[in-house]
Amino acid sequence: MKSTLFRALLASAALGLGATSAFATECIAPADAGGGWDFTCRQIGKILYDLKLVDQPVQVTNMAGAGGGLAFSHVVAERGKDADLIVAASSATTTRLAQNAYGGATADQVRFVGAIGGDPGVIVVAKDSPYQSLNDLVEAIKADPGSVAFAGGSAAGGFDHLKPLMVLKAAGFTDVAKVKYIGMDGGAEAITQTIGGFTQAMTGDMSEIVGFIKAGDVRPLAVLTAERVPGFEDIPTAKEQGFDVEVVNWRGLYVPHDISDDAFNTWADKLQKVADSAEWKAVMESNGLAPFTKVGADFQNWVNDVVAQTTDLSKEIGVIQ
Amino acid sequence: MDTISNLVMGFGVALTPFTLLLAVVGCFLGTIFGALPGLGPANGVAILIPVAFTMGLDATQALVLLTSVYYGTMYGGRISSILLNIPGDEPAMMTTLDGFPMARQGRAGDALVISGVASFVGSFLSTVGLVVMAPLLASIAYLFGPAEYFALYLLAFCTLGGVASKNQAKAAVAACLGLGIAMIGLDNSTGLPRFTGGNMHLMDGIDFLVAIVGLFAISEIFIFIESHGRDSAIGVTLGKLTIPWKDLKASTGTMLRGTGIGFVSGVLPGAGASLGSFMAYMAEKSILGSRGRFGQGDPRGVAAPEAGNNAAAGGAMVPMLTLGVPGSGTTAVMLALLLTLNITPGPLLFKERPEVVWGLIASLFIANVVLLIMNVPLVKLFVRVLMIPAWVLLPMVTMISFVGIYSLSGSTFDLLLMVVFGVLGYFLRKLDVPTVPVILGILLGSNMEDSLRRAMVISDGDWTFLFSSPIAIGLWIAAIAGFVAPLFLRGVLKKPPVPVMDVNED
Repeated sequence: MKSTLFRALLASAALGLGATSAFATECIAPADAGGGWDFTCRQIGKILYDLKLVDQPVQVTNMAGAGGGLAFSHVVAERGKDADLIVAASSATTTRLAQNAYGGATADQVRFVGAIGGDPGVIVVAKDSPYQSLNDLVEAIKADPGSVAFAGGSAAGGFDHLKPLMVLKAAGFTDVAKVKYIGMDGGAEAITQTIGGFTQAMTGDMSEIVGFIKAGDVRPLAVLTAERVPGFEDIPTAKEQGFDVEVVNWRGLYVPHDISDDAFNTWADKLQKVADSAEWKAVMESNGLAPFTKVGADFQNWVNDVVAQTTDLSKEIGVIQ
Repeated sequence: MDTISNLVMGFGVALTPFTLLLAVVGCFLGTIFGALPGLGPANGVAILIPVAFTMGLDATQALVLLTSVYYGTMYGGRISSILLNIPGDEPAMMTTLDGFPMARQGRAGDALVISGVASFVGSFLSTVGLVVMAPLLASIAYLFGPAEYFALYLLAFCTLGGVASKNQAKAAVAACLGLGIAMIGLDNSTGLPRFTGGNMHLMDGIDFLVAIVGLFAISEIFIFIESHGRDSAIGVTLGKLTIPWKDLKASTGTMLRGTGIGFVSGVLPGAGASLGSFMAYMAEKSILGSRGRFGQGDPRGVAAPEAGNNAAAGGAMVPMLTLGVPGSGTTAVMLALLLTLNITPGPLLFKERPEVVWGLIASLFIANVVLLIMNVPLVKLFVRVLMIPAWVLLPMVTMISFVGIYSLSGSTFDLLLMVVFGVLGYFLRKLDVPTVPVILGILLGSNMEDSLRRAMVISDGDWTFLFSSPIAIGLWIAAIAGFVAPLFLRGVLKKPPVPVMDVNED
């Protein structure tokens, strides 16, 4: 009895790991099971099927490596015309493409088809910090760039590092290479360093630190979205404090470059339908995502702008030449 | 008492026939995953995540299954360490040092029983620690900044020379090799790739599991082929399985100390089980000094690291649940699972989702009891897997090594890398250079470097920052003492007694 169950478990494990059927839509998550990209594939895949936008359950393939670079080069080199393929992406994808971290691959080798939710960027300080507003923090850095160190969940030059730099640039501070930043392994680790007083501020995604915000261990100075985030209405946006910045870690998809425009537009429509569904809204709410929907050509243009902007900023801080 | 009533509630959630079945299946699979080289806790848990989804388990059930697998791998890792001299996973590495010599002396059964009991003591007491002190312990993470972490890793390195009892210089060379390998990949402090040669596969650095399986399992295969099986570890037989009460009694103190050390290193995010088992072993070795025969098959040499790594597994739950910070690779995978189940670990988890937390804790206790039964009286079941003739076992080990490594990243590059490490391991063994320090160098090197670089960013390059807190200073003193003491003690103490049996040929 036990051994049959054991075999059944092993068999389903093997199935879960590999094996794609010929006709089903495949969603590549360029990371291990359980990560953000895996979440994107599984949730969008499930809703696509539930809404009957695809006729078979979406097959999720995990292809981890090089921060998404392996999956990217796989899609570019081997799947260029596959119209049944979607790939999970986020701000990390475009940041790394802008910084040439995918071994020479560029953003124009695939087509970015849409984003249907975003993890708002936040800047927080410890609850006993002297900085009461985003302006206090920015002024302190302007007066002495060495007085504030940021901790974030990505390596130097990563998306978390760029967030406060964009705010500072919007405030007219140009010497961004002087801003101190230490890259930790994930947002929660970054926040322990900030609560412990080793760094003065933390920059990251909202979903990573919701628990700390609710518990009152940290004081959020600003959320980097256009509107205040539902459920967290007492956190002011950077915009209303006079800093014209919007930094959201979007969750979305790209598709291979050489599929037809029709196929591209079909995917854009399907994504829009997922974004409008009640199911997706529930998923967003329970995972701390804020609405952020851009699909089709709109999204592609927006991505192009973001990549160009990130390239410039990365050059200024010396991550790329 | 709140804690008691919470715990009762937890058992109420976890003690249904179905969850019990899940616990048994999880423990069984976990022990197997742990015992097979190449499959460790992190990929064992990762493999079962899709299964948990497919079976439509709810949050508590999924957690019961996965924590059972997790604890199971921590128990199982020791089996192949002892019988094959190949660690089943990285925390079990230290267990090879005394476990395998014991097996060669015909005491494999004793080693398995002692390490099984030590595993139970370690994980049981650390689960108790988790229950009693979790909220309190969470704040320890706030006391450790870059300077303190750097001093902690330094402490580990300063005691490293003692791993090889014969030639400390060779241990140092091996550790430097590991440190060098640790530098490959994306540099966290500048965001630039180092030593990758433009190869994207090297961007994430080198996975320890690839290095471990290469250095231990693949090199073992080369040695086996070369010597036609004569010098190989494979083929050690298991004696009669009795309970060595005398050794158990003698190692009680060792188990308790190992548990304490392991638990603390588990609680510290980033330190983890490997550091726990390493520190437990080294501490015990220096406490016992010449009274122990560490490295030559001392029962306490298997008790210490096993208590240490299992205690660390429990300790690692503390930062994961209370802060959402994974204390080890495996808890990182579990954290991801929790997030997918819409459970956000963090300071409010105990308040907002008590049924999940206490159900999880209860399931840890259940898994522990199940594992004790599976790993002491029933250990022969697992041993039998490794006891088949070498000509069957060896191809199997090879195959599982390849499949296990392939399941990590799904890339053939890692397989090639593993073979490269196998060749490296073969030559190191021929030169009598210990391979354990290489792994520790890889494991701790990048953490140590990151901590130092972060400290330098924060302090604007002022090195006195490294001594800026009492914790850091204390760790520095311990590190210096750990490094210097053996040099002096060797003169003070008489020569260690030469073991009568000359069995330690490797």
